[in-house]
Parts: sequence; structure tokens; C-alpha cells
Amino acid sequence: MQEETATIDTLIRDEAQRARILRGFEIGDRTFRLLTQTAAIAVLVILAGVIFSLIYGSMPTWRAFGLGFLTSESWNPVTEKFGALPAIYGTLLTSIIAMLIGVPISLGIAIFLTEICPEKLRRTIGIAIELLAGIPSIIYGIWGLFVFAPFFQTYVQPPLIDIFANIPVLNQLFAGPPYGIGLLTAGLILAIMVLPFITSITREVFDTVPPVLKEAAYGIGCTRWEVMRRVVIPYTRVGIIGGVMLGLGRALGETMAVTFVIGNAHRIVPSIMAPGTTISASIANEFTEAVGELYTSSLVALGLILFFITFIVLAAARLMLMRIEKKAGV
Amino acid sequence: MAATETKRDGRYLRRQRTNWTATVLSIGAAGFGLTWLALILLVLVVKGFGGLNLAVFTEMTPPPGGAGGLLNPIVGSLILTVLAVLIGTPLGILAGTYMAEYGRYSKLTSVIRFINDILLSAPSIVVGLFVYEIMVARMGHFSAWAGAVALGILVIPVVVRTTEDMLLLVPNTLREASSALGLPQWLVIRHVAYRAARAGMITGVLLAVARITGETAPLLFTALNNQFFSWDLNAPMSSLPVVIFQFALSPYQDWQQLAWTGALLITVAVLGLSILARVLSSKKVPT
Repeated sequence: MQEETATIDTLIRDEAQRARILRGFEIGDRTFRLLTQTAAIAVLVILAGVIFSLIYGSMPTWRAFGLGFLTSESWNPVTEKFGALPAIYGTLLTSIIAMLIGVPISLGIAIFLTEICPEKLRRTIGIAIELLAGIPSIIYGIWGLFVFAPFFQTYVQPPLIDIFANIPVLNQLFAGPPYGIGLLTAGLILAIMVLPFITSITREVFDTVPPVLKEAAYGIGCTRWEVMRRVVIPYTRVGIIGGVMLGLGRALGETMAVTFVIGNAHRIVPSIMAPGTTISASIANEFTEAVGELYTSSLVALGLILFFITFIVLAAARLMLMRIEKKAGV
Repeated sequence: MAATETKRDGRYLRRQRTNWTATVLSIGAAGFGLTWLALILLVLVVKGFGGLNLAVFTEMTPPPGGAGGLLNPIVGSLILTVLAVLIGTPLGILAGTYMAEYGRYSKLTSVIRFINDILLSAPSIVVGLFVYEIMVARMGHFSAWAGAVALGILVIPVVVRTTEDMLLLVPNTLREASSALGLPQWLVIRHVAYRAARAGMITGVLLAVARITGETAPLLFTALNNQFFSWDLNAPMSSLPVVIFQFALSPYQDWQQLAWTGALLITVAVLGLSILARVLSSKKVPT
């Protein structure tokens, strides 16, 4: 009898303990879920915060200049007249130069690594190319200023000026004097910097091509180039464009490397060898020295424009890459 | 007959030639990329190694013309990096956990993944402006905290991405087995999923550290710079990238030399971290 009560007691106690533990489980689960969800939403909040703070910080500029800020060419801290056009022009021009040079070379490297390179070297060379992405941008900057620019000024720019001297249009684009630094130099450095990004995405999308397709093409006697040109590249076109856009997004927003070699001149001249400026370089160069509300807010407004442009480019890149991922998944 | 034969031979030769040209160009492109890597590293070693001595690690940044080292920026960079990791990693891991575990198929997750991928390559200088607006302008002064927050924001997307990817690689059978034993989901995540994905998640943090170690732009107007040694997190703090920026653009020979030495240190640190991350991730892929 006594024994039985004891068992029942233990049972009741066990039951209560069980319930407590289970409740603990449930509370823990809910708390953890809420915690992770909050963190996930925080990512969205940060993005919203960035956009709102830039809009808020640039309000004085929009009030003072309106949309004319986008099209005005003057940048005069003394008279407090600011316009974004030279910086936007420099940003776009340097990025276009970077893409014109960087994209074909990146594609070449990707083709080399997926089709030509011997299996043994593939990993090593792939890692080496990716290391280019690991080098901090300030290193590209200091190297560009002290090593590349002097070389460019002495050995490349004078011949370019001479060659194009008598050809209309081109003699405007490549007009002297050779400064070494300038828009073209910045564009070339950016081209090297975007190589690893475009290469690695292109390699990834090349790998999504079903081997059967390539084998079929080789089977009917296509050369390697024809397989790439007629099968692999058309199949992965969307992904390649996505990778290029991703590289473009990088180039547009790149700051330190450009700041070193751009020359920081707020003006638009036809020559691409002249000093200029980009949005990010202007902010990096001038923000801490900017006195007065309007000067600071104009730089923040430049930041807002940059964020807007890169956001669109990067979003487009993502959408394209998502499309090819879906294709590979099917 | 002979004519068609020659014609076919001609076309064949032309195709061969095109193929050959394309091959050479591709090899050339790879050579081009490798050459730049070699050139940059070579110059860095040659210029940076000359200034490398004990004083670099034991003395403060000098005034122009004086002798000195990089002690305060090195320590400053370490402090900022540690703080940034402490700020960014928990948030990143939790967010990544939600995306891979609780909300794997939810709409919210795909939105966050999209936004996160954009933040991953968004210009870092804009993050600097953001932190300037919300911290420096409010508090009225530059501070190490502001710098750490700016870097912390850059850590988040990298960690979110790797955490999610790595958790998605953990096989569902593991989760099902532990659920069947009666473990609630949060303990399944903590004891099973995290353990299986640990190597990958650590890799993510290393990659994030590598990314922020060289970051200069977001520090320019958050942590600013400090000529002196400082532990004060409410005061401006010196960091290697900002000192490199300032010294490299100065006209003084010895400042420029220190900038090269600093550049070498930073590159070694960043490349070392990336290689370490790669070794870790290739050795222990969650099974």
C-alpha cells in the first residue's frame, strides 16, 4: 500500500517535471525563433536605415538646388554652389573603361580555367586569380599612385597622345599633357580589381552547362572555340551578364583605389587622361574637411546618388543570376 | 572535286586558326591577371620589407621627419576589428539561422536573401556615411565605436550568407533524427545543425574579418584617426588603413615608407586570413 502511494507520488512528480521541461522547451523554442527572426529583419532595417539617413542628411542640398543638383557642373565650396554632374560623369566613365577592359579579359580567364587549363594547375591558378579580390583596395590605390601612374605617364601616355594626335575625336579623348593620374588610370586599376569577381561568377555559370551539350557539340566536330562561342556562352548568357553587372556594381562603388589615382578635380573635360573625380572619391577626399551644412549635405547627396545607382545595378545582377540558378536547378 | 576539297580544307584551316587564336588569347588573359597579382605583391614586398623592423611594432606613429612605428594603428585596427566582429557576427549568425531553419521557405527569407546579397557588394563608403549620420552627427564627435559599428555592418552580410549556405548543407536526416528523439527545434539547431556546420560558419567569420581588415572608406569619417595611442572607445582611434591613406599621400619620405610597410602588413594579414578560411572550408565540408 505504502509502496503504491510512493509510486503514484513519483509518477505525479515525474509528470509535473515532464510538463515543466516541455514548457521550457516551448518557451526556448519561441524565444529562439523570435530572436533569429528579429535578427533577420534587422538586415532589412539596416538597408532602410541607410536609405533614410542618406535622404535625411541630403535634404538641405535638395532644398537648395532641387534636381538641378544632378545636372549642375559647378563644385565651389567657397560660393557654396554644388553640382553632382562631374562626379557622376567620372564614376560612370571610369566604370565603363573598367568594364571594356575587364570583361573580355575575365571571360578569357574563365574560358582558360574551365576548358584549357590542365586539371592540375586549375585549382592553383583559380586561387591566384581570386587572391586579386582579396587584396584590399587601399593597396591598389597606393600601388597605382606610386608604381603604375609614373610608369603610365612615362611609357604609355606620351605614345597614346602621339598616335591619336591627328585623328579627330580620338585626339580629344587622348589629349595631353600626360599626368599619370586621371580617369583612364583609375579605369585601368578598376579593370584589374573587377577581374576576379567577373571571372569567378563566369566560371560558376560555365559549370552549370550540362556536359551532354558540350559533348554533343564536340561530337559533331566543333572546335573548342566553337563550343564556347556557340554552346556555352549562349547557354549562360544571362549569368554572364549578371556577373558583369556585379563587377560593374563593384567598380561604381570602389573608393580608395580610385581616390589615390583620380586627381580629385570637379570638372568635365573631353580627355580621358585628365584628372577627374568620382562620387566615392569626392566623399572620401572632402567629407572630413567639409565645413558648412550645405557642403556636407551635398556630399551625402552624392552618396545617395551612388547608392541608388549601385542598388539598381546590383539588383539587376541578382535577378539575372537567380534566373540562371533556376535554370540549373531544373 | 579538287576545288571543293581545297575549299573545305580552307574552311577547316580557318576554323583551326580561329580556335588557336582564341586559345592563345585566353591563355594571355590568364597570364595578364597573374602578372598583375605578381607585380603588386612583388612591389609590396620590395617596398614594404625595407621598412620592416622592430620599431614598427613598438613605437607610435611619428611626426613628419621623425622616427617611429605603427604601434597605435596596429592596436587600433585590432580593437576595431574585434569590436566589429562582436557586433556583426551574432546578428549575422542569428539572421542566417532564421533563413535556413525557421523560415526556409518563407517569403521573408527570399526578400532578405536578395537584400543581403545587395548589401554584400554595396559601396562601403555609403555605410560610413550612414554611421556618420546616426552616430557621429548625433554624438557630436568621431569615435572608435562609430568605426566599429561601420565595420560591424560590413561583417553582417558576409556572415549571413555563409551561415545560411552552410546550414542548408546540413542534411535533413540529421535534424529529423534528433527531432524524433524529442529535441525541440532550437536545441536541434544548437546541438546538431550548428555543430555540423561549424567549420563553414567559422570560415564565414574569417572571410568577414579579411574583408574589414583592409576597409578604409567607412573609417575615414567614423573612427577618423589618432596620432596617439588610445584605449578610449569614445575618442577617435587610429587604424592601419587610414594611416596608410594619410601617410601615402603625404610628401614626407619616411611617412611614405611607413605607409608601404603598413600596406605589406595588411596584405599579409588579409591574404593569410583568406587562405586560412579556404583551408578550413576545404577540409571540413559538412557531410
